[in-house]
Amino acid sequence: MKANMTTKPSNPHGLNHRQKGTGTMYRSRIRITLRPSILDPQGKAVGHAIETLGVGRVHDVRVGKYIEMMVDESTPEGARSATEEVCKKLLANPVMEDYTFEVEKI
Amino acid sequence: MTAGAVKFGVVVFPGSNCDHDAYYAAKKVFGQEAEFLWHKEADLKGADVIVLPGGFSYGDYLRCGAIARFSPVMKEVVRFAQAGGTVIGICNGFQILLESGLLPGVLLRNASLRFACKYVSLRVENASTRFTNSCAKGEVLRIPIAHGDGNYFTDQATLEHLNEREQIVFRYCDERGNITDGANPNGSLQNIAGIVSERGNVLGMMPHPERASDPALGHTDGRKIFQSILNEFISRTTGESMELAGDVYLSATGGRRQHHG
Repeated sequence: MKANMTTKPSNPHGLNHRQKGTGTMYRSRIRITLRPSILDPQGKAVGHAIETLGVGRVHDVRVGKYIEMMVDESTPEGARSATEEVCKKLLANPVMEDYTFEVEKI
Repeated sequence: MTAGAVKFGVVVFPGSNCDHDAYYAAKKVFGQEAEFLWHKEADLKGADVIVLPGGFSYGDYLRCGAIARFSPVMKEVVRFAQAGGTVIGICNGFQILLESGLLPGVLLRNASLRFACKYVSLRVENASTRFTNSCAKGEVLRIPIAHGDGNYFTDQATLEHLNEREQIVFRYCDERGNITDGANPNGSLQNIAGIVSERGNVLGMMPHPERASDPALGHTDGRKIFQSILNEFISRTTGESMELAGDVYLSATGGRRQHHG
């Protein structure tokens, strides 16, 4: 372990090898939120804490997830469709969650 | 009933922690064959019954059960279930069944936000499934729960469908069998504690029957679930019904049960 600490990782995010593919990369920023009809006990608890904090006019707290990922695709449409598929099949559970995302060329 | 007639395959994910309990119940309490199935192996090793045990597969990352669903073994489990094979998912196993699409709905965070670890009463709503045939309809079982995300939820149409087809097998109830809010440990819709698939071959339940199978642990109501599964196999292969648990248990434990009356 000690030796590793002195070696600077050349590829800290494990992404370089992917760049060789199409030469174009996109960053997807994904937000996953509980559907409005789903009770959010976590958000409620955070809301109570905010009340205790005494900062006024804050209410209806909802807790969600934020995920970033890099996508090797040559077009924004390709990046969007890959992101859509990952959201639908893994990142969000459509029974209880909604998702939104944007893709940005890197 | 001969010991070892039914083979249980207990799937082990990284983070499973009730796998040994399930193995013990199948092998030592009921004297059946049991084998662990590592999640990376796409081989069910000829198991007759697949158990998805409790625990925290993949650390509950993303959502409970969301990652486990992509393990190689799950492809085989889904295929097995779709062919009519018997699958029981307990606690985290129930969560994995929902994420896999083998059962409908989701399990949300407990309404209390607290991890609930205690004995609960369950009312058997459907006693004609292959998991409850040794129970009576309306019977109250005492079985422990231990979970932070057991709050069953689904959309209205699915809920109606589940009710119409008697797919709701267990509901949380008070000691007399009344379905009350006070008896609901996690906020589950209609006090739902366990459901079966439309074909009746896949059961998901939050309570832990394997933890209530050995008299040394205090309660044995969980044995009825295992016994029902065995009944199903016995009647399928020999056409006879049977009284299994007592004898097999005695032989498996060398008569230890006598000490518990």
